[in-house]
Parts: sequence; structure tokens; C-alpha cells
Amino acid sequence: MCMFSKWERVLLSCLLVGSLAVAGCGSGKKDTDKGGKTKVAFVHNGSINDGGWTNAHSNGRLALLKDNKNVEASYVENVGDGADAERVITQLASQGNKVIFATSFGYMDSMVNVAKKYPDTIFMHCSGYKTASNMGNYFGRIYQARYLTGMVAGKQTQSNIIGYVAAFPIPEVVRGIDAFTLGVKAVNPKAIVKVIWSNTWYDPAKEKQAALTLIDAGADVITQHQDTVGPQLAAEERGKWSIGYNMDMSKAAPKAVLTSAIWNWGPYYEKVIKEVQAGTWKSGAYWGSMKDNVVDIAPYGPMVPEATRTLVNQAKQDIISGKLNPFAGPIKDQDGKVRVEQGQIMSDADLLKIDWFVEGVDGYISK
Amino acid sequence: MRIKLQKSLAPNLVSQTLIPIVAILASLFFCAIFFVLTGRDPVEVYSAMFLGALGSEYGISETFVKMIPLALCGLGIAVAFRMHLWNIGAEGQFYMGACAATWIPLSFPNLPFMLMIPTMIIMGALGGGLWGLLAGWFKTKWQVDEIISTLMMNYIGILWVDFLVYGAWRDPNGKNFPLTAAFPQSAMLPTFGSLRVHYGIFFVLLIAAVLWIIFKKSKWGYETLVIGSNPVAARYAGINIKSNVLLTMFISGALCGIAGMVEVSVVVGKLQPGISPGYGYTAIIVAWLARLHPIAIIGVAFLFAIIHVGGFMLQTMGMPSATATMLQGAMLFFVVGSEILTKYEIKFTSSKEGEKNE
Repeated sequence: MCMFSKWERVLLSCLLVGSLAVAGCGSGKKDTDKGGKTKVAFVHNGSINDGGWTNAHSNGRLALLKDNKNVEASYVENVGDGADAERVITQLASQGNKVIFATSFGYMDSMVNVAKKYPDTIFMHCSGYKTASNMGNYFGRIYQARYLTGMVAGKQTQSNIIGYVAAFPIPEVVRGIDAFTLGVKAVNPKAIVKVIWSNTWYDPAKEKQAALTLIDAGADVITQHQDTVGPQLAAEERGKWSIGYNMDMSKAAPKAVLTSAIWNWGPYYEKVIKEVQAGTWKSGAYWGSMKDNVVDIAPYGPMVPEATRTLVNQAKQDIISGKLNPFAGPIKDQDGKVRVEQGQIMSDADLLKIDWFVEGVDGYISK
Repeated sequence: MRIKLQKSLAPNLVSQTLIPIVAILASLFFCAIFFVLTGRDPVEVYSAMFLGALGSEYGISETFVKMIPLALCGLGIAVAFRMHLWNIGAEGQFYMGACAATWIPLSFPNLPFMLMIPTMIIMGALGGGLWGLLAGWFKTKWQVDEIISTLMMNYIGILWVDFLVYGAWRDPNGKNFPLTAAFPQSAMLPTFGSLRVHYGIFFVLLIAAVLWIIFKKSKWGYETLVIGSNPVAARYAGINIKSNVLLTMFISGALCGIAGMVEVSVVVGKLQPGISPGYGYTAIIVAWLARLHPIAIIGVAFLFAIIHVGGFMLQTMGMPSATATMLQGAMLFFVVGSEILTKYEIKFTSSKEGEKNE
């Protein structure tokens, strides 16, 4: 026995040495000169084919690649918020990427840590609030698009109950629900918005189930703040209406989708890379608006009447021109207390940490 | 000439160690076929993977960072599995351990290091251990199948952490994002230099050594083995099955809880949702592939850490993220499948001889 276990050890070490040697040979051809191209990398928490959040960022990357020939862009998907994020971002920085975009809120502190170690790399974090001299954050005022889609939903609903499948009660999601509800209320004061928390960003089956529950509770329009098209599929299946999010979801549910609140990251990514290439990039917090074309609404489905289209298109023009602000007072909360006075507008600081629902939301935020 | 499978009565050590290793190599070869079919050079793929995980000081450090929670959970699972107590709840016990340990720095941020860390370890062990014990108690009291109860309790544990970080434990200066305040330095296990690999590695080595001795030498280790393989015989021998179920579930959960404590203490530095990307589930595969042997668990956990860390490296080469999952799946398939070769002997017999035997 003893003899054999010695042999095993020999064999084992041979294998290890062998595999390392093979590994060593294979690595010789790396690090070729990229011909002066700017290396850019993206880190995503979801899959680039999720039909939602990550997909929208991925389309932004593709638009960047198409319009800027001096860019080389790679991505890493399905990266968890815990221990993995810091390592993946570090690896990308050490591989010589000049700019790294990270598209999940949970990456924020990991990115701050890596940014300290790689002062020559530019880090861009989406949807957080921390910045550093070489780390900027960026996000978009999707609430403007939410408000407009809320108007469409408010016009379309017959049961006056609109269902909202939402991931987690963080400010980004609460803000969207509030803006949507304000849009609904602007055209249909009788309608209410029912919220179900799914407690997941990415779970197509669970999101769909939540939507079915809302439909059973009387909702005839379903919208959502998730990463997939699950809720839209539920609406399609039951013959109800739906408002998409992240991307134009009319392909997934052609009979249901009235319109979608969409992200349009391409122009922004192009702008950042141009600044980096020109050497004019500066750290800061960017919160893009409909005017910048970062957020928008998708083309209407054929079921949306002409009168609604005219109304919403006008509102869109007013948002772009600054005449209309979804968070202009008076705004009451769920208890009927006035939170924003007549003639006032909620500040960005308050919007970024909002944790209360406006009047008309039928839902609950745990505190 | 016939081929016969004969149950081998005394499986020998050589085949028991060699066959799994060959199976792992076979699974790598098997996956290489897919790489070739999708137009990749498998040598390049594997070298990128292994170099990403082992080719630099940083890579090795990160591989250990990944190995530590996998090994701790794997050891916890092995304690229960050895008794045929199917604790699928490592994930939930990990979260409950992390949660209980977090309570200390949030409530007493000014404790000195020498007091803070030990209490956090005890709380982590208690958090995970009591969560496991609860499932054990259901089993002894009402014969609730522990596979179902531990699995369901995972969801409760994870949602409980969500409940706290979205609510009462939210950092007041965190703009209403679901994170607790960052831990004070005294609540963080030390790391080796500027690398992320940390003293949690000593927990792994210590616990594995203790378990190895217990499994091999102690009466209790033997008792749990007997209960697992033959509960009737165990009862005749006067072994108290109920108290052993409770004790085992507690220890199993406590080890997973310590894994959670270690992860929040040093790697994450605060409690937040998603602290585990499924360590508790992957650790089941780790424990199983290691045949519940404490020392082998460290090795398998390290291998899985390589695949995981290297897997992300592959993505930067444009490989899909499923590559690492495919490798893990193929390994499990080949190693479990190869068990037939260690448990049975293949006999080639002439047909005459075969008839005689029958």
C-alpha cells in the first residue's frame, strides 16, 4: 500500500507539472498590440440575452463598437455582487482595459476598492452614488419615461387597476413606481397601481407568476421593474395589456405591449469613450435625461388609440423642453400627507433616496 | 467470454484515488470536444483558465478566497452526509451565520479586535448551527424529511437577511440602498498583505484536521457512520439516534455559519444581499466529489475555485459564462459515474466458467 501511495503522489505531481507546462506554452501569444485601440470592458450581473437590463447595456456596447472603430470592447456576464465582482473588475483592469463599465448597483464598493489600485484606469459605475478621481457614476432619469408610460396605461385601463411587478424596494425602483403612478393619475385619477415585490431581479418564472397574481386581482395593464420579460408574457397569455421596461418588449409580447420605458445607452457610451480618447474625461455623477436621449419610450403598439398618442407625445415634448416635471408639486404620499408643495419640485438629492409611495399606489415598503 | 460486474468487497486505495482523478481528466477532455466544436483551441482555453487562477500571486490569492467558503460549507455538509442526514441547507445556514455575526459589529462597533472576532465566530456558529438544529428538531420530533425542511429554510434564511438589510439594518448614510454600514476594522479578519486571501484559511485547515481525526479515531465519528449505513444496527448497539441527529445538524450548520461569518467579516466587510453566489449548493457537489473526506474536500474545493475564478477569465476571451458551469457539471457526471469502477470489479470470464459460477 505504502509503495502505491508514493506512486500516486508521483503521478499526481507529474500531472500538475505537465498541465502547468502546457499552460505555460499556450500563454506565449497573449498581449498583442491592439493597434492603439481603446480597450473597454463591461461587467454585468445578468446575462446579455436577458431581454432586459443587461441586454440594453449590451446593445449600448454594440452601438459603441459600430460607431467607434478605435474601440475594442469585451464583457463579463453573470458576475455576482459579493466576492466575485472585485476580482473580475481587478482582472479586467490588469488586462489593460482603459475604461471599465460596471452595470449593477452592488458593484459600487468593489469598484471603489479597485479604482484605488489602478489610478490610470477609468471606472464607470451605473446606478450607485460613490465617485473617485478616476471613477464616475452614471444613470438615467428613467422616471421621465415611466411617467409617460403611466399616462398610456392610465388611458388604456378599463378596470382602473394597473399591476406593477417590482424587484426590491430600493430608491431606483420606488422612484419608478411613483413616477409611473403620477403619470397614471394625470390622465385617470380613479386608477390605482398595485405593487407586488418579487424579491428578485432575474427570475422569469417568478416574475411571470407575480404578474398572473396581479391579473387575478383585477389588473388589466401589467408593468414591471425587473430584468426579464416574464411579466409581459403573463399579460400576453391572459389577453391583457402591458408596459415593458428596459427595452422595447413588443417582440416578446406583440399583442400585449402598449409601449415600453427604455434605456438607450449607446449614445452615452460613445460620448464617454470619445472624451476618454480626447483626454477630456472628468469624474462626476451623470444622471441623463430624455433630452440626452438616454431614456425614451418605445414605439406604440397598434392598440394604442391616436388620441393617447397625441397626448403622450405632447407630454414627452414638454418633458424635453422642461415645461413638465413628473415630480412637480403638489404630491401627496399614501397617507394623504403633502410631501411636495404646490409650485415646488422635488430635488435630485431627495429623488435619489426616495423611500415613500405617492397617493394611488397600493403597495407597501418595509422599513 | 462474458463481462461481469462484481461488487468488490475491499475497494483498494489506489483505484479509489486514481479513478476519480482519471475521471476529472476525462471530463476536461470531454469538454475540450465542445471547445473544438465551437472553434476554440482547448489548450488555449485551459491554459487561460489555469493561468487566470494560478498564474499570478493575485490569481492564487483569489482562488483561495473562493476556496475558503466552499471548503467550510463542504466540511459542514460532510458531517451530516456521513450520517446519511441530507442537509441541503448550507446556503441558508451560511446566511444565518453571516447575519448573526453581523449583529456584533453593528451593535457594539467599539469592541476591540480580540473580543470582536471571537464573539463574531461564536455568533456565526450559533446562527448557522441553530438554523440547522431547527431542521434536525423537526426531523426527530415529527419525522420531517430534512431534505425538504433544510431546502425550504434556505429561502427563509436568505429572505431574513434581505428583510434586515432593506429595513432595520440599513446604513443610515447609505441613501436607502440595501447595505449595512461598513464594519469597523476590528471586525475584519486579517488578510495576507495587500492580497484578499485571509486568515479564514486557518479555519479551513483546523476544522478539516479536527474532523479528520473525529471521523477516523473517535467513537462519535464511528457512531455517526453506523447510524448512516445501518440505523437498525445502530439502535441495537444502543446508539442514541435522536440526539445524534440533533448534534450533527447543529455542527453541520455551525460550520456553514462560520463560513458566512468569515465571508461578511473579511471579503464583503458588511452585510448585503447576494453575499453568496450559491456556495452552499456548490459545496454539496464539493463534499460529494470528495467522498466526504475532510482533506479531499479542501482539494476539491480548490479545484472548483480554480474553475470558478478561471471561468470568469475565459469570459474576457469571449467564452460564454456557462463554460465554468459546464465543466463543473461534467466533472460531477464523470466522477459519480466512475464510482461503478471503484465499487465493482470488472471480471472477464469465459462463458464456461460463468455458467459454473451460476
